[in-house]
Amino acid sequence: MSFLENYAFYIGAFGLILIGLYIILVKHNLIKVIIGLAILDTGVNLFLISIGYITEGTAPIFSGSETNGQQMVDPVPQALVLTAIVIGVAVLALALSLAIRLYHHYGTLNLREIREQKW
Amino acid sequence: MRKIITILLLSIVAVGISLSLAKIPFGQPKTKVGTRYIDKGIEETGAVNIVTSVVVSYRGFDTLGEVTVLFIAATGLGAVLRIAKTKAAAIEPASFVLQTGCRVLFPLILVFGSYIFIHGHLTPGGGFQGGAIIASAFVLIYLGCREKRISEKMSTTLESLGGVIFVVVGLIGLAVGGYFLLNFLPKGQPYLLLSAGIIPVIYIAIGFKVGSELAGIIDNLIEESQ
Repeated sequence: MSFLENYAFYIGAFGLILIGLYIILVKHNLIKVIIGLAILDTGVNLFLISIGYITEGTAPIFSGSETNGQQMVDPVPQALVLTAIVIGVAVLALALSLAIRLYHHYGTLNLREIREQKW
Repeated sequence: MRKIITILLLSIVAVGISLSLAKIPFGQPKTKVGTRYIDKGIEETGAVNIVTSVVVSYRGFDTLGEVTVLFIAATGLGAVLRIAKTKAAAIEPASFVLQTGCRVLFPLILVFGSYIFIHGHLTPGGGFQGGAIIASAFVLIYLGCREKRISEKMSTTLESLGGVIFVVVGLIGLAVGGYFLLNFLPKGQPYLLLSAGIIPVIYIAIGFKVGSELAGIIDNLIEESQ
């Protein structure tokens, strides 16, 4: 039980990362590959946050009454993930726009067919 | 065949990762730099929210880089979708209830987003989150009042203004005290809105930038889908 308590977040985060990688490597539909990219992104963010977690920790924000910084979680991974989420959305949108252009050009989203057609 | 090879490869990766992760304890403080930021953060930057002080003050230069990445992604999307844009067909307007609901909610969401990024140094939130909330207000407008569009000129102006304010504030720090993004304004008393020197200024600039960029991305994608 203590094993699960200790490693549940790592297992979940790397589960998401591996699922994302599997989708990217196996699927032929471009939209599904992009969905895999999004899952991978979520897994990485979850992993970074769980690295910085401290048992029973609170958010690293001081409020007037409580000035004790001992029980606060690590602020550095949170700051990284904060920007990574927004950038993830933008990169996802860029990938989707490229998918739209590919669909206009080839008339299909199947990666295998696109590779056969070349131009 | 391909699936089996992939699963084999991924299981090798998984074994490697789990062997190395087993040595990383969960739930214990790991970095010295994090504890230092918590101990000295208020004193050095004046911001009560330590995450904000890390994002804008200690690692402000990284944040400038990340904002640039966001800008490049948004510009790239515009450039990719701009080629051979077709004329938009006539759009069927949404129902009256939907339109009125959007008009009522739109300013409220804008105010909430501004609140989030103005209070970034005091409460959970900041420029990135507030900007995302403001962009969600534009999603609502696009879905509800479908004939409405934000003017491209205004969104570009706000975006550039945000970037320019960020860089100029950093350069003033360079001119005044010798390094980029120096906190040259008085830090004031912690827990007050007007505290933490340049942190609120930069976070408001980031809020405008992120909000207009995400709204621009949504605008481009919606135009493409019509």
